[in-house]
Amino acid sequence: MRWWAWAGGLVVLSLLLCGVGLSVGSTGWSPPWQAQGDPLAWQIAWDIRAPRCVGAWLAGALLALSGGIAQGLFRNPLADPYLLGSSSGAALGVALFLVLVGVSPVATGILVRMGLTGAAFVGAVLAVLLTLVLSKGVQHTLRLLLAGVVVGVVLGALTALTMLLEPDIMRAMQAFMLGTTGFLGWDSVMILWPMLLVSLLVAWGCSRALDALSLGDAAAISLGVRLGLVRVLLVGALALSTGTAVAQAGLISFVGLVAPHLVRSRVQSTQGPRLVLSALAGGILLLAADILARWVWAPLELPVGLLTAVLGGGYLLWRMHRMGVTS
Amino acid sequence: MNPILAGLKRCLLAAAMALGAVCSHAAPVTVTDDRGVTVNLPAPPQRIVSLLPSLTETVCELGSCASVVATDRYSNHPASVRTLPKTGGLDDANVEMIVALRPDVVLLAISSRVTDRLEALGLKVVALEPKTYEDVRRVASKVAQLLGAGAAGERLWQRMEAQVSHAARQVPAQARGLRVYYEVDSAPYAAGESSFIGHTLARLGLVNIVPAQLGPFPKLNPEYIVRADPQVIMVSARHGGTLPGRPGWSGIRAVKDKRICAFTAEEGNVLSRPGPRMGEAAEIMARCLKGIVPSGGAR
Repeated sequence: MRWWAWAGGLVVLSLLLCGVGLSVGSTGWSPPWQAQGDPLAWQIAWDIRAPRCVGAWLAGALLALSGGIAQGLFRNPLADPYLLGSSSGAALGVALFLVLVGVSPVATGILVRMGLTGAAFVGAVLAVLLTLVLSKGVQHTLRLLLAGVVVGVVLGALTALTMLLEPDIMRAMQAFMLGTTGFLGWDSVMILWPMLLVSLLVAWGCSRALDALSLGDAAAISLGVRLGLVRVLLVGALALSTGTAVAQAGLISFVGLVAPHLVRSRVQSTQGPRLVLSALAGGILLLAADILARWVWAPLELPVGLLTAVLGGGYLLWRMHRMGVTS
Repeated sequence: MNPILAGLKRCLLAAAMALGAVCSHAAPVTVTDDRGVTVNLPAPPQRIVSLLPSLTETVCELGSCASVVATDRYSNHPASVRTLPKTGGLDDANVEMIVALRPDVVLLAISSRVTDRLEALGLKVVALEPKTYEDVRRVASKVAQLLGAGAAGERLWQRMEAQVSHAARQVPAQARGLRVYYEVDSAPYAAGESSFIGHTLARLGLVNIVPAQLGPFPKLNPEYIVRADPQVIMVSARHGGTLPGRPGWSGIRAVKDKRICAFTAEEGNVLSRPGPRMGEAAEIMARCLKGIVPSGGAR
């Protein structure tokens, strides 16, 4: 099957899931079109469920796209969007934010305006910058990877220390670390979609270079790829799209790792289409997880990050098992 | 008459001394803690390490604050315990330090990870887990029993109960029956009817939007709260400002009418601990209700 046929199928599936998402809420299955004339039901559908569906889809797409970029750029199938320390940076940003807002009424005004999302975004971007400084630029892939891991561990430890000293923030931190799609509104959507568009354009533009890069650095250079520029662009897209997604929806695990693998296991193609399909698959994965998260125990909610791991990981394990049997 | 009077006086003196001896060098104490483990002590403990803020508060409230030699990192009430050595938190208690303090007994929560380690090192450990009002009552009487203070635990409970009732009488009549949402943390986690906070809210005459069957502190779908449309919201000051910005929340009646109780971190400590300060917690809530629901005003 051609890749654009796959893309069309995934778009249709996304729209169908969105329809389901509009109909699932705190009372279980309750489609808004059944509650004609009830203004509250319409308000809930339009102000809460709709942005939540679109936002979850966009966040999943951003994470999967950055995962795909990371796996191509580092030529490592285990690479995920959080590789350059952005997740631990975001977590530390959120932890410090919660502590500061809790203790100092003076700082509260400015901080609240910046908000949790601002703190997470700033933390994520600063962590990637720190990684870049430690690795002295993007020239050496291995050094970049190592610096990212070190930054991740150190910032993670600082986050743990902050939580230890201020146990009040523990519950809020746990919610952030497991991912939360509950408070995605239209303002989140307005931040997410331009970022997805920009990242997709950058990724598409660099996809030929990624194809060449899969043969190794030397081969890519001999094919005329401006390696430095491509790396800067892709690391930039990776950092910004991950930072945006994490800031809006928390540390949702596994989407970024598993969505590109799902696509690779099904579709043979070059990097460009593969990245687009990864984004679509990631969106579907997170949207499906979000719908289940609010459906299974309504009106209670499961952490959406747990469900992405169960859904995506379960499917991938099943595929691996099947491939092991047939080959 | 004189010798008889003198004899009587001697008798009374002896009796008083005997009574005094019973009180000061009290008999051995035996307490069965919440794990079902029976702990025997030769006498009421003179050196106590408390690893749970609400237990520290209970010991102090029962008049044995002077016997507390160290606490966990988070115990901060009454003020006198702030200067005591701190032996770490729930998951990182400093075993060496606790042993070096040679406590007669260590008070901690059932969920504490150091219990086995401390017992293996020969320390007496009493594990108590206050979660509900009933637990607080039981814990108060167990701690009192441990301290050799007998009925003081029940008296402490009665005092606290009276304080809650007093707070309930302070709530303006217009506030009674209002639907309330108490946010424990922004995920959002709520305090349901079955939690100790929910119990206090009910005593103040408020109607919780989170029924008991959802559990004490459930993680809710935010849509549920918008649908329930609470008339009063109680939240930490940390998250109070974010409420109108949450999708769909600006239409909630409590947000529209600005009937939001935003508690400071200090108040949050009182509100979130199931212990002897639950009466004070009720008073904090009542004070806020008085502020946001003017008595005599339109409902």
